[in-house]
Amino acid sequence: MKRREFLTTGALAAGGAWLSSRVTFAGVAHGSKPRLVFVILRGALDGLAAVPACGDPGYAELRGDLALARPGTAGGALALDGFFGLHPSLAFMQQSYAARELIVFHAVASPYRDRSHFDGQNVLETGYPEPHAVQTGWLNRALAAIPARLAPENERGISIAPTAPLVMRGPAAVTSWSPSRLAPLGDDTLQRITDLYSHDALLRQKLAEALAAEAIADEGAAEPANAMRDGMRRRPLLAQRGKPGAQYAEIVKAAARFLRQENGPQVAVFDTTGWDTHFNEGGANGQLAVRLAALDGALSALKTNLGPVWNDTAVLLATEFGRTVAENGTRGTDHGTATAAYLLGGVVNGGRVVADWPGLSPRKLYQDRDLRPTLDLRSVMKGLLAEHLAVPPRALESSVFPASREARSLSGLVRA
Amino acid sequence: MGLMDKGLTSAIAANRFGLGARPGELAAIGASGSEWLKAQLRDPVPQITGEGLRSSASILAQIYDLRRTIRAERRRVAGAGAGTDAGAAAIGAFNELKQLIRPVYLAEAGARFRQSVATDRPFVERLTHFWTNHFAVSIDKGVLVALAGSYEREAIRPYVLGNFTDMLLATERHPAMLLYLDNELSMGADSRAARNIERRNAQRKIGINENLARETLELHTVGVDGGYTQTDVTAFSEVLTGWSIAGPQGWWSGAQPGTFLFRAAMHEPGSQVVMGRRYPDRGYDQGAAVLRDLARRPATARFIATKLTRHFIADDPPAPAVARVAGAFVQSGGDLPTVYRALIDSPEAWEQPVAKYKSPADFIVSAYRGLELPVRADKAPVGLFQLLGQRIWGPGSPAGWPDRSADWDGASELLKRIEWADAVGQRVGPRRDALQLAAQMLGGVLSGATREAIARAESAAQAVVLLLAAPEFMRR
Repeated sequence: MKRREFLTTGALAAGGAWLSSRVTFAGVAHGSKPRLVFVILRGALDGLAAVPACGDPGYAELRGDLALARPGTAGGALALDGFFGLHPSLAFMQQSYAARELIVFHAVASPYRDRSHFDGQNVLETGYPEPHAVQTGWLNRALAAIPARLAPENERGISIAPTAPLVMRGPAAVTSWSPSRLAPLGDDTLQRITDLYSHDALLRQKLAEALAAEAIADEGAAEPANAMRDGMRRRPLLAQRGKPGAQYAEIVKAAARFLRQENGPQVAVFDTTGWDTHFNEGGANGQLAVRLAALDGALSALKTNLGPVWNDTAVLLATEFGRTVAENGTRGTDHGTATAAYLLGGVVNGGRVVADWPGLSPRKLYQDRDLRPTLDLRSVMKGLLAEHLAVPPRALESSVFPASREARSLSGLVRA
Repeated sequence: MGLMDKGLTSAIAANRFGLGARPGELAAIGASGSEWLKAQLRDPVPQITGEGLRSSASILAQIYDLRRTIRAERRRVAGAGAGTDAGAAAIGAFNELKQLIRPVYLAEAGARFRQSVATDRPFVERLTHFWTNHFAVSIDKGVLVALAGSYEREAIRPYVLGNFTDMLLATERHPAMLLYLDNELSMGADSRAARNIERRNAQRKIGINENLARETLELHTVGVDGGYTQTDVTAFSEVLTGWSIAGPQGWWSGAQPGTFLFRAAMHEPGSQVVMGRRYPDRGYDQGAAVLRDLARRPATARFIATKLTRHFIADDPPAPAVARVAGAFVQSGGDLPTVYRALIDSPEAWEQPVAKYKSPADFIVSAYRGLELPVRADKAPVGLFQLLGQRIWGPGSPAGWPDRSADWDGASELLKRIEWADAVGQRVGPRRDALQLAAQMLGGVLSGATREAIARAESAAQAVVLLLAAPEFMRR
């Protein structure tokens, strides 16, 4: 495929969007560019299942059948700090914790206090205190606020998805990429479509972004894109369904491929789903255990695929809210409030659980049912953006997380 | 309307309200776009029939039977101790279960796709898809792979030209919805069944599951700003306890297996207050009464009107159109054809051609219709829908697929559409006159630039690619 040659000439005709990003990428110093991966856990991941508070006497009492046994017992939680444990499916997370590369934030919540997934995810992604305030995401606005001298202006972020999730939409130039089983276009056809889009601002920009992402994907691929696609074509349809692990393998590989590029994006975002465990949630084994194991495996694969770039990388995982402390009537949990968030990577100043633990005794619960939030998720995000991506504090308060003054930035999240 | 002289009215009717113009359709519509749409509302909704289409009840009954065989065999093997091989009966049942589900999905998706491509009442078909997406279930949950298609045929399609209340009742009590939103085992803490269980096994946790009640309020009726609280969600969940499915035998039976069954023994006794109204305990009728009242709330009318207006007019629905459609909903008591006519009669609907970016499903179906691409009798291009990001009956959440440009206009998504168009062009290009088809498909919205690009294409195949990739074909 000769897409790269096409790009240098063809995109010039399209307005140079591609070319300018290419040039600025090339200007970045090698080796130390910070990378951020944001993983959205859609569906409200049960923080007390992933990070059980084994040391709290209320935990076993209120959780009932869903409670995990203490660390050290058969099928029990993995040990963290003596008070908190990790779900037994999260072996890689535990290793990361031991290697001081994982911080768990607990009893954390966004400012959203109702229990709608969709409004909760909207707040998680927009970064505004109220749902549906804007149609842009905090991560995109943060990228737009990074001073040009610190990072190239264009193509700072990529979504590993057909269309960018809300958190990545906004003023900064970002792109999206997802695997295709279709054959790439011929250069002449591509040129004509580029011309056809010259008067359509949206399509012109999207096509230029897509081609830029393809070019990076090709550069980083061990095998050429065509061969990769042929391999995919042989896979059964709907192969992504069923096995939660399979759906992540491709995503993680792609994310790492982009982030490894010296001239590639510094931020990648992808989605995971299936955390809405109203029914048969399971404990050490069962439905949630399988999904957590898949997620844990994906994170481990991400580290492997990133190679040395892992040392420049922070991975933030967050969900829209938590779940009820007590089991519901169908061996699951209903929508709740506070939950856990996770920050891991080679740059993370880890090996600790950050929590102002509210306790699980019935009178300490939020609205008599949920883990009470004591940490604002925006504090984590602000601290990470300031320390890791050098987003100016003033921008964090004004454009990235408006009306978030009470959520003070956490410091010391990444290694100095 | 002011657009009729330019061939824009027919393009809006066929492409935004319909599923994309088939050759001849625009000419048949002429300047009477709104009449063409209203005429489609007169006769009953076409029902889909075909080989391999089965009722939800028969599918579920078979699944229950196979699961029972597997469970019994597991118990037998466990009782016999280690080293015992799983019996042939279990393996056979397990394979049968696997082989049951996917062919059902393919048959259903194929029948639906054929209908979408062939129908001469595309507005009604689009409305059907709209409502299935409103009362969304998803094949993300395994058993729904087998049930999503029959759910649409049984709980949506018959009601598309009826009353909203009837559709609401039909969907909330359909086994597919009860399974998707986890209500079939939700049990009142003071119900007879709960007390029996407590006597036998004090350990087991008994109670409600809130999922169906919450999503019914938030997604199906009044909307998230409809004025309910957590207390209302909890009370409504209690009301819906006992809304369940008849199983194959014993305690679980009570009706034809796989059909809706109200289990009085699981129902929480007593009256409940939902959104300020008290509902005495009349068993099943308590829940039906709540649903009927929810259907009549002005918040529901507004919520539905906003969604319809967003789908048919613009991403940011014009307020006067929303008010008009909501007013028709309230005044007619949820009579859906009246609501649709208010939508058609909104001048805003006819002011801006190509106002909506196509979803992947829109893009695929309109391409098949416009180019008259062959549809295989036995299968839908389900892989194509997945590749372009919109699996048939597979939204990622109970909210259904989103409906704004920004949800679908992603860079990678666009490139895939063009790559697929390229494959189509290579397959059928030599047998299509793309320039002539462009006029047939796009009518008055076809731009000079697109026409020129198609005319100058280096091959018939490339001309088809340019037609399908054209900015005005990416939108409706």
